[in-house]
Amino acid sequence: MSPTLLHLLYNLSPLALIGVAVVIFLRARQTPLWGEAFRRLARNPSARVAMAVIGIYATIGIADSVGWYDATTQERRTVIDAIFERKPERTYSAPLAEMTTGEAKPQKIREKHILGTDSIGADVFYRTLKGVRTAFQIGGMTVLIVTPLALLLGLTAGYYGKWRDDVITYIYTVLSSVPGILLQIAMVLVLGKGIIQICLALGITRWVGLCRMVRGETIKHREREYVRSAKALGVTDMVILVRHILPNLLPVVIISTTLGFSNLVLSEAILSYLGVGVPDNVGSWGNMIDAARDELARDPVIWWNLTAATGAITGLALSLNLFGDALRDAVDPRLRS
Amino acid sequence: MLRFILRRLLQAIPTLLGVLTLTWFLFFGTASAESIARRNLSSKDPTPAQVQGWIKEHGYDQPPAVQLRKATVDMLMFKFGKSDATKEDIWTRIRQGAGPSIVVSSTIFIGTVFGAILVAVLAAAFRGTYIDKTTTIVCVLLMSVVYTVYVIGGQYFLSKQLRYGPIWGFDPASGLFKYILVPSAIGFAAGIATEIRLYRTFLLDEISQDYVRTARAKGVSETRILAQHVLKNALIPIITNTVAVIPGLILGGLLLENFFGIPGLGSYLFEALGSNDFSVVRAMVFLGTLLYIFGLIMTDIAYAIVDPRVRID
Repeated sequence: MSPTLLHLLYNLSPLALIGVAVVIFLRARQTPLWGEAFRRLARNPSARVAMAVIGIYATIGIADSVGWYDATTQERRTVIDAIFERKPERTYSAPLAEMTTGEAKPQKIREKHILGTDSIGADVFYRTLKGVRTAFQIGGMTVLIVTPLALLLGLTAGYYGKWRDDVITYIYTVLSSVPGILLQIAMVLVLGKGIIQICLALGITRWVGLCRMVRGETIKHREREYVRSAKALGVTDMVILVRHILPNLLPVVIISTTLGFSNLVLSEAILSYLGVGVPDNVGSWGNMIDAARDELARDPVIWWNLTAATGAITGLALSLNLFGDALRDAVDPRLRS
Repeated sequence: MLRFILRRLLQAIPTLLGVLTLTWFLFFGTASAESIARRNLSSKDPTPAQVQGWIKEHGYDQPPAVQLRKATVDMLMFKFGKSDATKEDIWTRIRQGAGPSIVVSSTIFIGTVFGAILVAVLAAAFRGTYIDKTTTIVCVLLMSVVYTVYVIGGQYFLSKQLRYGPIWGFDPASGLFKYILVPSAIGFAAGIATEIRLYRTFLLDEISQDYVRTARAKGVSETRILAQHVLKNALIPIITNTVAVIPGLILGGLLLENFFGIPGLGSYLFEALGSNDFSVVRAMVFLGTLLYIFGLIMTDIAYAIVDPRVRID
């Protein structure tokens, strides 16, 4: 297949994701629980702001996923590349400055950069935008590992009990007694740098909390009348689990996933700083913060690289946290803290 | 009580065995000796002879039985062997680094727990008011900032601009306090928000209990209810939860010690990560886990002391 066609086909994946999200949203709105929850969210001003901000980030991430094959560089160019990529300058330059910084003889630069340039002269605003997709990729893929694993094991342990419960409880007791950060760095060190490796490492350490919660909830539901009567009517275990118990757990799962997502975004930055993060050629806020390690010690101070990455990551994490809190309040007012 | 402690200690044995199996699988099962050697050798394209030499020298060519022993029995005996990168004895370095690490992390630990209790009690006392809402918002904001930014920014503002402490170094002889002030303050700021939120929910859970209503009906003052009844009962979940701070302390050590030049275990692990030193990382993962399991046991014992109901099961 020609690379041109292949790269156009890549665009189907983000579009498919949007499609799935829209279908899920529309179907969820029809149910009484989520319909009411969405109405409450829409009335909550901080949730509205948070959703708008997440929407902007998501748009950037999607724009950075839609692209085409560039014959001259033989690389993929995305919409973000086409609009925001700038030719590199010689070295650092302050936001909107006309001269470079940090050189013995400051040189005139080609064009103004809204957030300045970094040590190799790359546009900081462009690099900040490139971090969005990586953050969503890591958060999203980790969630895709964590949620099915936690649901499968949590439901099995809670519903069947006995030896299955013992085995699963043992596995997660062992995993949770290794401090998360240590297991993560050990895993990425052994498996090598990369987005998939980070997701695996984060996933392996993160499913335990959710699994515990799912198990506990399942044990509660197992004894309820509706499950007993379903059993008495001869409904199979599989159907009871998937059709009757699972929908009751969904609010808890969705809330903890949303609140966990912001933590995943922050974890990427920490792992990259420790040198076991995403590779250097992938845009990442963690790598930007890592590069900024010595920049505050310079004279004049190079503050824009750190500030841009911090702003971007805090903006996303803060909106995700606010949205998660609002979602929790909207879905279950009893949980309101 | 003694029976409870004994039972709790016995329960830790299978967990520890599981952890040892896990680390053995991770370090000897997933990574091949050759890939470890290639990443440790400095030259980009090592010759097969160099690779084989490195493997032999660092003992990665030993039969699986020996490697299993290295990953389990030797670990339990604290025989960590020599570092892959520097050939230093790992245990010696750990003994040297333990002191500074304990000083810094216990300062952060005590500060965080007591600070969080104080703020949470204030927020609970003024629940629903401005003070409470501001606390919640500030906590969410603090939770949304990456730890690394606290470290870099904190050093810049507290050490470089305000000169509250040295930027780099650790010399207990010339005054311990000034060296740990800034790192502890940063660890405190980075970790306190989660704890405040958690403790606040614990306190609010207690405030809505029936005994509080009874006390109020009898005319006990609000301050006394909070200080004497609510806080005392809320301390039970708080104590159980303090152990959850340990992973955060390990992360803090990893980021802070290296950045402030404190020669602790965090710095050691940070160096080992930079030089692909598998044997040191292996030892540190084991040590961290041991510490955490110990913390979990201690919490359970503390819990059993505070709340006698736990002992009966």
